[in-house]
Amino acid sequence: MRSFTYERATDPRAAVAAVSRSGAKFISGGTNLLDLMKLDIEDPSHLVDISRLPLRDIEELPDGGLRIGAQARNSDVAADARVRTRYPALSEALVSGASGQLRNKASTGGNLVQRTRCPYFYDTAAGCNKRDPGSGCAAIGGFNRIHAILGASDSCIATHPSDMAVAMTALEAQIELLRADGSARRVAITDFYRLPGDTPHIENVLEPDEMITGVLLPPPLPGRQLYRKVRDRASYEFALVSVAAVVSTERGTISEARVAFGGVAHKPWRSVEAEDALTGRPATMATYRAAAEAAMRDAVGRGHNDFKIELAKRTLCRTLAQAAGAS
Amino acid sequence: MIGQAVNRVDGPLKATGRATYAYEHWEAGQPLYGFIVGATIGKGRITRIDTEDAERAPGVQLVMTYLTTPEQGPRDESIPFEYWRAQPVLTGPDIHYYGEPVALVVAETLEEARSAADLVEVEYRAGRGRFDFGEFEDVYIPKTVNAGLPTDTAVGDFDAGFAGAEVKVDQQYTTPYEFSLPIEPNACMAEPRGEDLVIYVSCQITDAARDSVASTLRMAPERVHILAPFVGGGFGSKLGIHSETILAAFAARTLRRPVKVAMTRQQVFQLVGMRPTSSQRVRLGAGRDGRLSAIAHDVTMHTNPDIEYAEQTAATTRSLYAAPHRLTSHRLTALDLPRGTDVRAPGEAPGMLTVESAMDELADALRMDPVELRIRNEPTVDPERDVPYSDRHLVDCLREGARRFGWENRPATPASVRDGQWLIGYGMSAAIRGHFQGPTAVRVRLETDGTAVIQTDMTDIGTGTYTILTQVGAEGLGLPLERVRIELGRSDHPTSWGSGGSWGATNSCTAVHRACMTLREKLLDTVRDDARSPLHGLDPANAVFSDGNVGTDGASEALGEIVARNHPEGVEAEGRTLFMGDDPNYSAYSINTYGATFAEVGVDADTAEIRLRRMLGVYSVGRVFNPKTARSQLIGGMIWGVGAALEEEAVVDPRSGAFVNRDFAGYLVPVHADIPDVDVVVLEGYDDKANVLGAKGLGEVGICGSGASVANAVFNATGVRVRDFPVTIEKLLPGLPPMDA
Amino acid sequence: MMSASETAVGRSQGEMAPLSAITLNVNDQVRQLQVDPRTSLLDALREHLRLSGTKKGCDHGQCGACTVLINGRRVNSCLTLAVMHENDAIVTIEGLGDPGHLHPMQRAFVERDGFQCGYCTPGQICSAVGMLAEVEAGWPSHVTADVATPGIALTDNEIRERMSGNICRCAAYPNIVAAIRGSAEGGPG
Repeated sequence: MRSFTYERATDPRAAVAAVSRSGAKFISGGTNLLDLMKLDIEDPSHLVDISRLPLRDIEELPDGGLRIGAQARNSDVAADARVRTRYPALSEALVSGASGQLRNKASTGGNLVQRTRCPYFYDTAAGCNKRDPGSGCAAIGGFNRIHAILGASDSCIATHPSDMAVAMTALEAQIELLRADGSARRVAITDFYRLPGDTPHIENVLEPDEMITGVLLPPPLPGRQLYRKVRDRASYEFALVSVAAVVSTERGTISEARVAFGGVAHKPWRSVEAEDALTGRPATMATYRAAAEAAMRDAVGRGHNDFKIELAKRTLCRTLAQAAGAS
Repeated sequence: MIGQAVNRVDGPLKATGRATYAYEHWEAGQPLYGFIVGATIGKGRITRIDTEDAERAPGVQLVMTYLTTPEQGPRDESIPFEYWRAQPVLTGPDIHYYGEPVALVVAETLEEARSAADLVEVEYRAGRGRFDFGEFEDVYIPKTVNAGLPTDTAVGDFDAGFAGAEVKVDQQYTTPYEFSLPIEPNACMAEPRGEDLVIYVSCQITDAARDSVASTLRMAPERVHILAPFVGGGFGSKLGIHSETILAAFAARTLRRPVKVAMTRQQVFQLVGMRPTSSQRVRLGAGRDGRLSAIAHDVTMHTNPDIEYAEQTAATTRSLYAAPHRLTSHRLTALDLPRGTDVRAPGEAPGMLTVESAMDELADALRMDPVELRIRNEPTVDPERDVPYSDRHLVDCLREGARRFGWENRPATPASVRDGQWLIGYGMSAAIRGHFQGPTAVRVRLETDGTAVIQTDMTDIGTGTYTILTQVGAEGLGLPLERVRIELGRSDHPTSWGSGGSWGATNSCTAVHRACMTLREKLLDTVRDDARSPLHGLDPANAVFSDGNVGTDGASEALGEIVARNHPEGVEAEGRTLFMGDDPNYSAYSINTYGATFAEVGVDADTAEIRLRRMLGVYSVGRVFNPKTARSQLIGGMIWGVGAALEEEAVVDPRSGAFVNRDFAGYLVPVHADIPDVDVVVLEGYDDKANVLGAKGLGEVGICGSGASVANAVFNATGVRVRDFPVTIEKLLPGLPPMDA
Repeated sequence: MMSASETAVGRSQGEMAPLSAITLNVNDQVRQLQVDPRTSLLDALREHLRLSGTKKGCDHGQCGACTVLINGRRVNSCLTLAVMHENDAIVTIEGLGDPGHLHPMQRAFVERDGFQCGYCTPGQICSAVGMLAEVEAGWPSHVTADVATPGIALTDNEIRERMSGNICRCAAYPNIVAAIRGSAEGGPG
């Protein structure tokens, strides 16, 4: 870990101003950044500590939605009564991730921008276009069991590791960003993340002089929400595949659905194809199978991760069956 | 005292964070910090190494490379055991495996050392390495396998016996590279004291550590003092010392300051060695009555080309079941990977995983209860050594386990029982493990205040040595527990064989017992001749030692008073345990521990996620010193079996020779949520052939077969037999039923 | 703001950032120390304050051996910087109890043999203390049947899931669960 200087920011605009200089980075929970700094994968020369900014609150929005401050800890969001009752998939996603200790530290904003867990990204001696643009992708042709089956490129087959962001994607969250000049913008979570393309090192649309200040959840759709995470170990493991689903049914017919996958792509993967295949159809396994096929139509395995295509289909079918059955 | 469920005597220290491990000693003041730089190729040569920037970095005191390392003693293969041999590091420009140390950076702080390590510039010429176990067919035959066991054995005529069998199993299994991974990473602090070196190191055998450090640094062994009062787990990986110890020692000698070096978790995966990967062919031939006529177990494994390690994977098969025609063999393929090394239950763990899976396959082919199949093949004598068993209770373990587990409720047909989304299966396995004995000496001293001090270089790596030696010492001298003090982990104390091989408890307890008996005789001789003692002239045969006193026929005297009056410096005795080769029982009998494990799993019918639901182990291990610590160790072993069956696998990238998943996020070991109720029953026992105390080791028998019980339960749940361990989602998924509504 | 140094911009390799003088509140004691900004809270505890009860098992948040309580919450001290914790109340294993005055959780671990080698133990114990407070506060977990339902029954499955961030390679898991259950029920363990 190279040396750096440290400052603690006291207000959001000053924080953004401080991070605008070359080599500076925000630190909040530190659970991903310090992990990477110890391995010389992240190498900031200046750290701006935003963990104590007054961005921890979870507030009601006039439209019936909820605003989650970027500095709200994962554990606080998961335990919030409004989140638990109105956005249970978000609470479920959060508590399925990491460990109690990490959730107590990890912030909402930090969770959104956490880096991939690709082991070649973590190995500075291996080629990785995300870590070192132009150096190749060792995961292609390497051990790629946890890698992407959708939206990958020849430059990068990494996955986004977040559970939280997958649920937020199905819940159609918007991300609130603040610039140093005090102006703010909102970006839909699906637009926030980028696919790897030729520039896998650019993972989202966050500008260098921007800071995530909050996440806006629109009023929830009626119907049942579920988050289902599949992994080898019963706990404390990143998802092989996960599914966040929101399903509304009326008299046996699916009236609306939102579907997002985790562990399958460079970003939380909203499947409009699956949603289209569900809407207006009977809530039956045949419909779920059709949705799963639609969702995975363009899926490509890379060898060790071939099984994730079938696993994603089966996970989606079961999650939909549970969600529709109970909604 | 022996046999009581006493709490760990070191428990309060450990539970309050006051137990000090290798990296945590401050007696010598502020140490310097070393950080290891590892090679980033798997095979080849250093063409340039530039340490200038690193040396100029803040706080840096020393950068060692092969160009600057003092001359080292060679690894002497005439020394019978690897762990006592020199372990030279930074030996030259050649790189033998990925991650091999190429430099040590020593600085004032850990942050500075780690940062400067990144500034050491190394250029390599990469060679063509042999990294992929599956790619190479060339094998060689090792002279012997681990622990000096024969490489191959043959009894009867296997080919004829197998050819004539009515029912056959002939299957190929593979097991992965596995790591011990104690939670305390390998660590050492070396402190120069005049011409001597004091070495705080996380190790299992201090005697081996001393010899190894001394011969590598070309020092006299008596100038090296190993201290390992607490060791944060070993599981085989700390039987010997590793590069961090040698590097810390050299740096401390060079700088004349204490230097400490710990491996990072990632380095542990590269520098310590691992259980070799294996390919195993198991052939079982049986009659329709289930009686085995032929057993063959042929194993091929990886080895490092320079430091041969041949895990004794087929060795337990030699004593497990009766069959007239038998074969076992071990072959090695040299790969440019870190050395193979002992990982908890070497040989037994991967060997029983496959053989007990094959037995399950045979039971399935015969449509026979797997418990009954094993009972039908119970031998009367050790079938390869042709000697009697000392105290074999495998069938008792099987029957008791089946009864307690409710084995009769096992789904008779695989993939036939569901509980909601879960496919339910039961599995079981037998367990056997050889019991070993090694030379061990302890000193027991009775002080003038009536307390006893027991000293040995033996370690407590979590096994409970402090506690059981307290119990044996207290019983041996008739003292309350709190008046026995144990000093472990100092190489200057009498020499033991250390902790490992499940021999530590019996070696050291037997020696303590003998020392106590000798000390009793000394005390009785003393009082008999001591006119000032109320016991003057007593008949030693009637003497009773109890509660700190010795007495006979109503008269009694406190031990402390006897000692104070006659031995103002205290009185001591040594006790010894023989090497098993010098103990006739070990050639006249087949001495083993036994067990049976039973597991129930659920497999998610949609996603193939496997979750253990409950597990039971029933063991026969002779006499137990402490049921509480024994149960803990057995449970721990069983859970290792669960990990081996379902989770643990280190993956080599065949392009680089690097372990890809070299951390706890990528290399999965069981966590709390993976482990439901695990119960252990230990049968009452006493093996009079094992030692005077009737006890046998139990640190590893818990792993033996326990993984197979889980894998067999997965088969029972799904009807899918996975022979490539661990059993994971992608291997089951294709065999699952289609999704229903 | 503290120790914001403009000199670090354009640093060269190996250049040292100035040490930060910080005040930590550890186990109800105010401790002044000079740390490199890179120093993790874990290394500050172990190497500066010589409170080595907090253990380093992986240094990457993957084992839980470094768990301490900060303002009552359990966290991995390896993945946070010492300079970030001024004015926080930090409790380590040494602050929970000592061999002569064991915390009830420490006593329960000793009684139930909730460890073998002892290296993950301080982290397990601190984690267990923090975890029970989370249950008390009604936080849901991955095994909570319905996250919307307030109130948590402390089943063994809840304990296991919530303690899964603490790896025990000796695999004392069943005993640890028994110790925590015993301690939570107010018994001797």
